[in-house]
Amino acid sequence: MIWESRRHGADTFWSAVTDPEAVAALELTLGAAALVTLVNAVLGTVTAFVLVRDGFRGKSIVNAVIDLPFALPTIVAGLTLLALYGPQSPVGVNLTGSTDTWTLRLAICLALLFVTLPFVVRTVQPVLHELDTEMEEAARSLGAGEPAVFRRIVLPTILPGVLSGVALSFARAVGEIGAIVLISGNLPFKTEMASVFVFTKIEAGDKTSASAVAVVLLAISFVTLLGIGGIRRLATRHERA
Amino acid sequence: MRRYAPRFVALAYLLIILVGPLAMVFRRAFDNGAAHIWTTLSNGDTVHAFEITVLIAAIGVPLNTVFGIVCALVVVRKRFPLKGLVNAFVDLPLALSPVVVGLALFLLYGRDGWFGGWLNAHGIQMLFALPSMVLATVFVSVPFVAREVVPTLREIGDEQEQAARTLGASGWQTFWRITLPSIRWAVIYGVVLTTARCLGEYGAVAIVSGRISGQTETATLRVEDAYSSFDTSGAYAISLVLAAMAVVVLIAMTFLKPKEAAAA
Repeated sequence: MIWESRRHGADTFWSAVTDPEAVAALELTLGAAALVTLVNAVLGTVTAFVLVRDGFRGKSIVNAVIDLPFALPTIVAGLTLLALYGPQSPVGVNLTGSTDTWTLRLAICLALLFVTLPFVVRTVQPVLHELDTEMEEAARSLGAGEPAVFRRIVLPTILPGVLSGVALSFARAVGEIGAIVLISGNLPFKTEMASVFVFTKIEAGDKTSASAVAVVLLAISFVTLLGIGGIRRLATRHERA
Repeated sequence: MRRYAPRFVALAYLLIILVGPLAMVFRRAFDNGAAHIWTTLSNGDTVHAFEITVLIAAIGVPLNTVFGIVCALVVVRKRFPLKGLVNAFVDLPLALSPVVVGLALFLLYGRDGWFGGWLNAHGIQMLFALPSMVLATVFVSVPFVAREVVPTLREIGDEQEQAARTLGASGWQTFWRITLPSIRWAVIYGVVLTTARCLGEYGAVAIVSGRISGQTETATLRVEDAYSSFDTSGAYAISLVLAAMAVVVLIAMTFLKPKEAAAA
């Protein structure tokens, strides 16, 4: 694939990548993925916290439901979001039928949130589970407030977990297509995501553009993987010390 | 009140993001009545799409199971240069966009691709046919078994295996009698995840299959096809079946989850 993208020379590759439509698609993708990942980092951690520390009836069901996005085909996920936030929405919001760019982008983010939800929760959960509450109690008895306990005790321990979850969900959000293809409207320059861009270009027979953007996506994946590897190494060194 | 705040936030979030949408599929599918669902599902092309999906999963899952176990064994038990690289490659499909995978296969096996020309000359059609669809699906679902088995293998250590070997067991015997039984649950869990991914793959298969109705269309592609040809309730009907499969997978996952996670 790299070969195909370079076949017509580095100049062609560069002009394909810097093509305004491709740039717009990549910017939107990275922006949406970053936003979604941020939300995941916060709410995923909260969810993991609730699942580990809190006790309430039906918790095991909630715990099972977290994995739903792993089990559900993403195209079905896209369709469900369309049903919920589309033209015939029962909650009265018509995000996907809108002509407003930002409303459609919001819909894209919702779809990405759906498919990436489990990552942070599932990486933080086991770490939190192993974390002893004794340290927190000790901190509390020494007069630390809840925010201080969280910041000084809990956060440093779960941070590697949060980060590797964040990296995975970022990678997933960047590459996602199934959930997006139905709802984004795919308006070039506005709501066209990089993966959909690649897809459309292939269908149109423009292999050079498709490969160029795909190479960028590939590079992002590699960087993300390296990041995860780095975090893992950091975490184990922390353990050994 | 403060105690309940995180719980409320987490549950509300899950309700909006996860449960709401799923409930909607079931509602929308029944919009035009159960009869319409039946008409859609008994349509020849739809039935064929489901057959293709199941066929691909039936080929992909066993392949990936064997490959995943071998990979995990190699990564955990053997020392060799570039081990980190192998490790990273197994994880690659998790971080890589399925579209990129699809494009890579498309270029490789296309008419002017590296393998495509030769295969074409020998009358073997990869692209827009079952082989490339299987290949795409296998690629995207490679990591699951290996990722589940690796931690379990690390945890159990190799003392029992060494004991078996000193007592004269061959490599095969050790594997069947000692290793496999102890990683059994991790393997099954990985298989469940792999199955879910195989059944639900969209991006990679969409590119390499050519999406020919009644021939190379999988169930997920059929959903998109129905939706874009304005057969909305048809799309929901197929989704309903896929969602039902997902629920079955979910239940299986809940029961098979490795102990530490289940306790959490």
